Amino acid sequence: MRVLYFAWVKEKAGIAAEEIDPPAEVATIAELIDWLKARGPEFANAFARSEVIRAAIDQSHVRHDARIEGAREIAFFPPVTGG
Amino acid sequence: MIRVQQNDFDIGAEIEAVKAGRGDIGAVVSFIGTVRDQHGAISEMTLEHYPGMTETELSRIEQEAQARWQLQACLIVHRVGTLRPGDNIVLVVTASEHRDAAFDAAKFLMDYLKTSAPLWKRESGRDGARWVAADPKDDGAAARWKKRAAE
Repeated sequence: MRVLYFAWVKEKAGIAAEEIDPPAEVATIAELIDWLKARGPEFANAFARSEVIRAAIDQSHVRHDARIEGAREIAFFPPVTGG
Repeated sequence: MIRVQQNDFDIGAEIEAVKAGRGDIGAVVSFIGTVRDQHGAISEMTLEHYPGMTETELSRIEQEAQARWQLQACLIVHRVGTLRPGDNIVLVVTASEHRDAAFDAAKFLMDYLKTSAPLWKRESGRDGARWVAADPKDDGAAARWKKRAAE
C-alpha cells in the first residue's frame, strides 16, 4: 500500500510518500503507527504524539481504530489548518 | 462548485458567475479569508494540501450544505502555495432566495472546511518558520452544527 505524509509529519519522517508492505498482524491505523514508529528514530519522532496525528484511508478521514485491510492509500497528517 | 488553485480569485467575477442568467437568487453572501501579518511578525504563508482529498472533502462539505439549506448556488475556492500578508486564501459564496440560508450556509462551510479539509498553513517571518497549530475553537465551531442537526 502507498503511504503519504503531510506537513510536520512529512518533515519529521523525512519522506513524503512510500510503498510499504506491513505484516498481516498490522490490522488497524493504530497498529500501523506502532509498526512505522519501530522503523527508525525519524518515524518514532514523527509519531511521538500519535494521539494528535490524523489519518485517512483512500482519501477519507478515519479514526485510529479503523482497519487497514484493502487500503490502497493511507495518509498521516497533523490536525488541519486551512481556511 | 469547488476549486483548489494557486492563482488569486476575482471576487466580483466569481459572484457575477454565480448570479449569471438566474432570476431566482435573492441573497448572496461571500466570505473571504486573508493572510494576516500578525503585527509584522509574518512575511509569508505557505499552504500545503493533499491533492485529491482536498477536492473530495470540499465537495462533501458543499453537498452537506446543499442538503441542509435551500441554496441556489454554492462556491468554495481555496488557494494553495505561497501567499503574502493581505493575499486572499479562501472564498465562500452562497446564494439563496432569502438571506438566512445564505448566511448560515456560508458560516457552516467555513466552520467545516477549517476542521476537515486537508490543508496546512506554514508561516514564516522574523522568528523563523513554523506550522500553524490547529485552534480548538475551530473544533467547537464545527461541533455546534452537529448539535443543531441532532436537535
